[in-house]
Amino acid sequence: MTVPVTWQDVAALLPEFFLVVWASALLLLDVFWIREKRTTAWLSALGFVVALVLAVGQMGRAPLLAFRGMVIADAFSVFLVALFALSGLVGILLAQDYLARNGIERGEFYVLLMFSVVGMMLMARVADLVMIFLALELFSLPLYVMTGFARPRADSEEAALKYFLLGAFASGFMAFGIALVYGATSTTSLPHMVDVIQAGEADLALLTAGAALVLTGLGFKIATVPFHMWTPDVYHGAPSPVSGFMAATAKMAGFAALLRLFVLVFPVVADLTPVLWALAALSMVLGNVAAIAQRNIKRLLAYSSIAHAGYMLSAAVAFADPHLGPQAVAAILFYLVAYVLATFGAWGVVILLERRIGQEGLLLEDYAGLSRQYPGLAAAMAVFMLSFIGVPPTLGFFGKFYLFRVVLDAGFVGLALIGVLTSLVSAYYYLRVVMLMYMKPGEPIVRREPRVQATVLAAAALTLFLGLTAASSLYAWATEAILRFG
Amino acid sequence: MSLMVLFVLMGALALAAALGLLFARNAVYAALFLVLNMLALAVLYLTLGAPFLAMVQITVYAGAVMVLFLFVVMLLGAETLREEGGPIAWQRPLAAILGGVLVGTLSYILFVEATTGKILPPPEDYATPYALSVKLFQDYLLPFEVASVLLLVAMLGALVLVQIERKRRRNDDQTSD
Amino acid sequence: MVPTSFYIFLAALLFTIGAVAVLVRRNTLIIYMAVELMLNSANLAFVAFARQFGDISGQLFVFFVITIAAAEVAVGLALIVTIFHTKHSVDIDAMHELKG
Repeated sequence: MTVPVTWQDVAALLPEFFLVVWASALLLLDVFWIREKRTTAWLSALGFVVALVLAVGQMGRAPLLAFRGMVIADAFSVFLVALFALSGLVGILLAQDYLARNGIERGEFYVLLMFSVVGMMLMARVADLVMIFLALELFSLPLYVMTGFARPRADSEEAALKYFLLGAFASGFMAFGIALVYGATSTTSLPHMVDVIQAGEADLALLTAGAALVLTGLGFKIATVPFHMWTPDVYHGAPSPVSGFMAATAKMAGFAALLRLFVLVFPVVADLTPVLWALAALSMVLGNVAAIAQRNIKRLLAYSSIAHAGYMLSAAVAFADPHLGPQAVAAILFYLVAYVLATFGAWGVVILLERRIGQEGLLLEDYAGLSRQYPGLAAAMAVFMLSFIGVPPTLGFFGKFYLFRVVLDAGFVGLALIGVLTSLVSAYYYLRVVMLMYMKPGEPIVRREPRVQATVLAAAALTLFLGLTAASSLYAWATEAILRFG
Repeated sequence: MSLMVLFVLMGALALAAALGLLFARNAVYAALFLVLNMLALAVLYLTLGAPFLAMVQITVYAGAVMVLFLFVVMLLGAETLREEGGPIAWQRPLAAILGGVLVGTLSYILFVEATTGKILPPPEDYATPYALSVKLFQDYLLPFEVASVLLLVAMLGALVLVQIERKRRRNDDQTSD
Repeated sequence: MVPTSFYIFLAALLFTIGAVAVLVRRNTLIIYMAVELMLNSANLAFVAFARQFGDISGQLFVFFVITIAAAEVAVGLALIVTIFHTKHSVDIDAMHELKG
């Protein structure tokens, strides 16, 4: 009997392996050895730094199928794995002070966050349907628990239960969808599936139904209309650092799997193009319109995240076109970077202004007068809002530019028009935040938490600086993050 | 022919149990209906050449998982239900429509455009526990490891959710002293 | 032999009943049981397709679905127990902290 693992396999998944070992060790250390919870936070942050270095070390290598074709280390996955490692680091920086000041800090939080990031990394690497299902659960389960971390607060518990029930519902759709895809192609291995489809041996009707159900399951995770109902409640009820972490990373993980499946495996089910079109259009319209009515900043950001899922999905509509597919992937990756930066930054500001957990300092009026007392923070928040709208020269502008270019090239003029119009609508509620900060008098109370403040300022600086100087080279980098199977 | 009879019997039983779950007024009955459904499915697995899965289905699913469900239902005393209406009543027609569409499309796909692939009789050693375990520990080693991490995470998560509970209780006790 | 499509049709029916039950029931425990029914229907489809292809990877998928379901149940039931201690209810309509 042969040993089923080679060093090559391990090398392909080095960041993930490192994080699993590190998190498991930390779990034990936290129980038996570490006195200060803060130490656990620093050690897990250190773990993400090492994982980031390991991920960067994987860049530029030839694509490699590992573990008997279960996962792939291609440029696309390495790009996202590095982004996930960075997001994990930011997630911990944002969370530590918040958890400590609200008396809900536990070492397990950081361990759960690390396991969740491992799941997300695996989502970017999947080369077999069984891995999609496992990775999805591995990143979701810790998120359910982290959402309920502020218990016994009722809103946090309720958010966790809602997220859990809808997440479980979504995995039901995923499982059945995967079963139908398996039935249509007689394999769960994605590279084999591509061969079967190209040989014309797949049952297209069954494949379409299966792909639609898988899309439903992933739609819950990336929060597109009509699978978005949970988003405002969950983002509202969860502790703010968890909401920010979810808004940024869970969406990335969902899109990672969605792009790999649709661009690489499912172009043959072009029948689903109108479905994707409708999902994208509905998300852009409903997300932005509903955000206007919000007075709570957490709910506003939740609806805005739904709208942004719609923008990204609008480029994915071009998945069936073999020439535009790679361009759509690059545009979405670029947009994800812009979205993640602004999301982490904006949620960081929310964390700084939230006075007591889930109470006070969460209404838009609480941001009045921020520019007088904390000009740096107000300017950073303004940058994030402008980036969300897509105003030049922020990164968000280039993100929307590349997205809509793909949409137009694919010939979906109507969809691009909806995107531009809804961006104008979104300017109303994003600029209202800016206006409150700069025009209205007020006495906002802000936490002095240097790590969170530094994170916010760094995100703002990157959003602005990358937009001014490096947008095209970042896009070039994104175009090199090609999806491949060997 | 006898296989067809068995399929019809067990299929009808599984469907009836599922409908029982849908309409049950009592959470204990609902759980028992689900157990019945799982047992019927286990028999169907046997007819499909999956003896190992049939046993796992009975011991893990119908056994461990559903016992846990029943345990929680009874622990919480949540077996009788206030039915129904309420602010989300609009979901009912939606659900009916959704159900109709789903069954309609799927049966169209399956019967009108059915896959007419001939079923070859499976090989002698098809899906024996030995064959399954060899594949599991060779080709599926990574998913197996990920599943073990997943179970660790689940254990940790459940522990976190319950442990805070104990701490709060202790605080409550102290304040009442 | 019973044709695969018969099994798939049965699985589709069970899946639909499960999905409808998730949408119309109000008791969180029963909603969650309905999700288990959906997973079971997927498992049936997997096993049926696996026999048709004479391929055991479908059966191994079921093995993993059962593992995942067990992991989910541990977290989910812990959550339901926790929330019951706060609210003394498992009715989804009692969850109204987060509206507006």
